[in-house]
Amino acid sequence: MERNDSIRRSIRAKALSIGLAISPFGLAFGALCADAGISMWEAFGFSALVFGGSSQFAAVTVLADDGTVVAAVTAGLLLNLRSLAFGVSMASSLRGSLIWRIFISQLMIDESTAVASEQIDTKDRRYGFLCGGLSVFVLWNITTLIGVSVLSETESLIKDLGIDATIPAAFLGLIWGKLEDSTHRIIGGIGALLALILIPITPAGIPVIAAAGAVLWVRPWKKMKEDFSE
Amino acid sequence: MSSATTVIIFLATGTYCLKALGPLYFGSSRQLPIRFQNIALLLPTPLIAALVVTSAFSASNALVIDARLVGLLAAAVALWKKLPFFIVVIVAAVATALWRLAFG
Repeated sequence: MERNDSIRRSIRAKALSIGLAISPFGLAFGALCADAGISMWEAFGFSALVFGGSSQFAAVTVLADDGTVVAAVTAGLLLNLRSLAFGVSMASSLRGSLIWRIFISQLMIDESTAVASEQIDTKDRRYGFLCGGLSVFVLWNITTLIGVSVLSETESLIKDLGIDATIPAAFLGLIWGKLEDSTHRIIGGIGALLALILIPITPAGIPVIAAAGAVLWVRPWKKMKEDFSE
Repeated sequence: MSSATTVIIFLATGTYCLKALGPLYFGSSRQLPIRFQNIALLLPTPLIAALVVTSAFSASNALVIDARLVGLLAAAVALWKKLPFFIVVIVAAVATALWRLAFG
């Protein structure tokens, strides 16, 4: 019981940290919207309904560059394809009523998946997913609204304060624990390398999706002896 | 209807479908083969590793090395020292900001 309490406490702390970590990006996203002439309600619509940070940035950037609606939606969807992979990997931990699954699906993002993935017990994974997802959802939407209504033309401020550098740091923090395992280290390295190669030659989003191919390293067509889930 | 609203409608609908397919289709009685589950659990690592790279080294579809690298290295040291997650993020921001102040 005591062990369980301390696990839950550490999950909540992690969820809050991740929520706080993404907050500067919520502000930045709001500022980007203000700059692109997108209304407060539309900015809120992106953050609450789409709720996928990188895809929102991609879509609004395309719109700001006078890109087409199709191009903006495609860029966003390409970046969110990974939610399908996260959803499949999380499904067994998120069983429950239809209403519960309809609700929990909206929280299927990197951060909720990452907080959940650190746990082994199904109930802890579920709790981590919910805490991570809600923490990010609430703080992301609040900071988007603050950003769009208060900030505008903050490109220089974002750079001066190093806020743009917190994104890669946060992502690195999300996989750091996993990298102790050699399989994760290798496929993480291959994924990073694929992305590096593809950044200059493919549209935004493709390098990330292509990185999924790194799992071929474990030769999934062969019978697996190891369980990689931990 | 503004183009932003149109984008929100299509992107939100498409994104929700991607998000929900796992919990709604695979979450009930359907079991995935254990092999597929293992692969699915491995997938986030290379995807997030790629996000580290794209968010640190890309700018409008080009490979760039800038002050964000300093922040990323500082973050790696902070993670190695097992500092709390939020501190890691602050360390990255401060290191990058100081670098830009000094050399930018």
